[in-house]
Amino acid sequence: MLADERSAPSDTAPLVELQGITVTFPGVKALDEVDFRLLPGEVHALLGENGAGKSTLIKALTGVHATDAGEIRLAGVPVSFHGPAQAQDAGISTVYQEVNLCTNLSVAENILLGREPRRFGAIDGRAMRARAAELLSRIGLHIDPGSALGSHPIAVQQLVAIARAVAVDARVLILDEPTSSLDAGEVAELFRIVRVLRDEGVAILFVSHFLDQVYEIADRLTVLRNGKVVGEYATAKVGRLELVRAMIGRDLTVLDEVERRSERRVPSEEPLLRAENLGRAGSIAPFDLELHPGEVVGVAGLLGSGRTELARLLFGADRADSGHVYFDGKILKLRGPRSAIAHGIAFTSEDRKAEGLVADLTVRDNLILAMQAARGWARQVPRRTADELVAKYVEALDIRPADADAVVGTLSGGNQQKVLLARWLVTRPKLLILDEPTRGIDVGAKAQIQKVVADLAAEGMAVVFISAELEEVVRVSDRVVVLRDRRKIAEVSGTEVTVDDVVALIAGEAEKVPS
Amino acid sequence: MTRSRLLWPLLALVALLLLNLVFTPSFFALRIQDGHLFGSLVDILRNGAPTLLIALGMTLVIATRGIDLSVGAVAAIAGAVTCTHIATTGDAIGGMALALGLCAVLGLWNGFLVSVIGIQPIIATLVLMTAGRGMAMLVTEGQIVTVNNDVFAKVGAGFLVLPIAILISLAVLAGVALLTRRTALGMLIEAVGVNPEASRLAGVRSRTIIWTVYVFSALCAGVAGLMIASNVNAADANNAGLWIEMDAILAVVIGGTSLAGGRYSLTGTLIGALVIQTLTTTVYTIGVPPETTLVFKAAVVIVVCLLQAPRLTRTFRVPVPQKAGA
Repeated sequence: MLADERSAPSDTAPLVELQGITVTFPGVKALDEVDFRLLPGEVHALLGENGAGKSTLIKALTGVHATDAGEIRLAGVPVSFHGPAQAQDAGISTVYQEVNLCTNLSVAENILLGREPRRFGAIDGRAMRARAAELLSRIGLHIDPGSALGSHPIAVQQLVAIARAVAVDARVLILDEPTSSLDAGEVAELFRIVRVLRDEGVAILFVSHFLDQVYEIADRLTVLRNGKVVGEYATAKVGRLELVRAMIGRDLTVLDEVERRSERRVPSEEPLLRAENLGRAGSIAPFDLELHPGEVVGVAGLLGSGRTELARLLFGADRADSGHVYFDGKILKLRGPRSAIAHGIAFTSEDRKAEGLVADLTVRDNLILAMQAARGWARQVPRRTADELVAKYVEALDIRPADADAVVGTLSGGNQQKVLLARWLVTRPKLLILDEPTRGIDVGAKAQIQKVVADLAAEGMAVVFISAELEEVVRVSDRVVVLRDRRKIAEVSGTEVTVDDVVALIAGEAEKVPS
Repeated sequence: MTRSRLLWPLLALVALLLLNLVFTPSFFALRIQDGHLFGSLVDILRNGAPTLLIALGMTLVIATRGIDLSVGAVAAIAGAVTCTHIATTGDAIGGMALALGLCAVLGLWNGFLVSVIGIQPIIATLVLMTAGRGMAMLVTEGQIVTVNNDVFAKVGAGFLVLPIAILISLAVLAGVALLTRRTALGMLIEAVGVNPEASRLAGVRSRTIIWTVYVFSALCAGVAGLMIASNVNAADANNAGLWIEMDAILAVVIGGTSLAGGRYSLTGTLIGALVIQTLTTTVYTIGVPPETTLVFKAAVVIVVCLLQAPRLTRTFRVPVPQKAGA
């Protein structure tokens, strides 16, 4: 995969050097005497589980978090930034995991926000669009710079964020999970840009959970665990298994367990939910679908193929304009989330931040929110019950920190996802719809969530599992629904389903596989 | 968290009280006369009762990311309706019930505009803020309606050892605190305020909750309007409760509830309302010329808000010793 056998030239002076960096949050050492080197002209991957300290390291480097000890040197000069703006002025640009742009502004405005070309003191709209178009074409993205950012899918927004980072002449480019919402083609495009920048001498720090991508793009990598550096490796010289072990610090027993769950049961029972001709104009074409108790149904398709739309229709988050849903044999009018919840349907959105968690509230409040909403405001979930539930799911899902009073917004992505999952598990749903439950979370947490899904199905719950990662969908699911261009095109089941089959379907060679 | 948020407003309150003590040594003196408690502190409580009451309603509205600008106008309407009713029929209880019923309807209107139609709260309540004064004028036919009714006079000027007005406000405070913290209402209000869409997807009845807080706010404003009118035995459609929405919003903000919605503090609002009222009293006791009163008030409010600003709090915190660098 490596374009050339680059290994770190050890005589090159590091562009960024962190020495003995310690960052302490109340009660936690997020970074503990971390040493880290980033060389010019390299792609350096930063790996680690959720809560290992990857985000904290980036934030310490860019001045978002103050360091408690240690020294940061940029090109040999000790620096201390008070905020990302200063870091950016010094040539360190960051593209964050979750797109942090203004969806109500135009693409051009987003790219040049704070650096707008001016004419007589006012913003020169025409020059701005021209400059933005130029920057967009540099990264090979052909969209109208004047269009609203929010009108584009998340993948495009992500590329716009990269265009924005590239717009300043960055010496250091930090990409925090840039690929978590991109499809294969877009990833290839991103990597092309990354290689161009690398060859120009930019030092690139790349954070990703996708090991394939790390092996494809990274020259060197550093692994963090529990706030400490486990090791620094040349990518070409480290094996995958060794790497994963270094990251999660334990054997891959959880992964194995999910792998071994090979015997699939073909449910003979009546379907729990039957959708007939269910659809919504402009969202997803009418489709039929049956979901059985104890069955995991995967939904596969490219970004924008209608995965999320399908889930939202089943939950009533959007209203269908055609078709019917039968639940437990009776027709079910989905007037909104409440009616779905009342029947035992649960849904976790792909967008944890905007549609999932209530960031300022505690783990406890977030965990009991759906249960409380179902009980109504007058019947408060007793504090003791809430604490028991929190304790139970903190234990069962390995949520860290194990603190019911922790504010959920301060947890790492994987732990937030687990809290969200727990929110629905306490309501004991019959049907659980998970939209990208493993997006942007690490290998260990991913395996845990997959195992939970398998266990829930074994207990008789029906699960809809949506993921951009085909391998994951195929491994977890008993049956896979394949979507293309907002249309359900096939359904495949059985143990013999392989990723290749699904890829073929998505790519449009449907004839080869029975549906 | 909560403790540090309340620290500065509390200090401001203490500082203001001490300032008064310097100018008026007898400031803290209390005496009992005819079974009533008298003194400057009691005056602060009595005069601050309407602001506190309105600020309580405002706290919940703000917690849902909203704001209610119409409270002053609603207070004026309540006073106008009651006084007009008393003037024509002499029935105080009926008048007050009629007024509060009307306030509930006005609250429903605000809530309808915000939660069903989806108009931004500041605009939606601006409608009633301007139209409400006109409605009050309509009721009083442009006159200041004076009344002479013993029952009605008790609401704003009566005593039960302490002024009845402050007893009402404190009872509402206690009621709201119990209602929101002993039930799940408080948590659900905060959830809706922090993330309305996530709350909706979790099955929270966001619309009902938002609607309810606007009705509650209007009812609080209505009772405050009764206090104001009762205190002077008259309904003044133009001036009753004028700018009280600003005082109430300030009280909420000083109390540490963010205008961005979410976490709120009723205790904070109580302290905030006391700060505002003490400030108003202080202006008179230390002899600030009346024409500069508002400037003086603004200055104090700015100081308190600055002290709470995250950026400043960070600067004032004891700096962690850093090794070389910088």
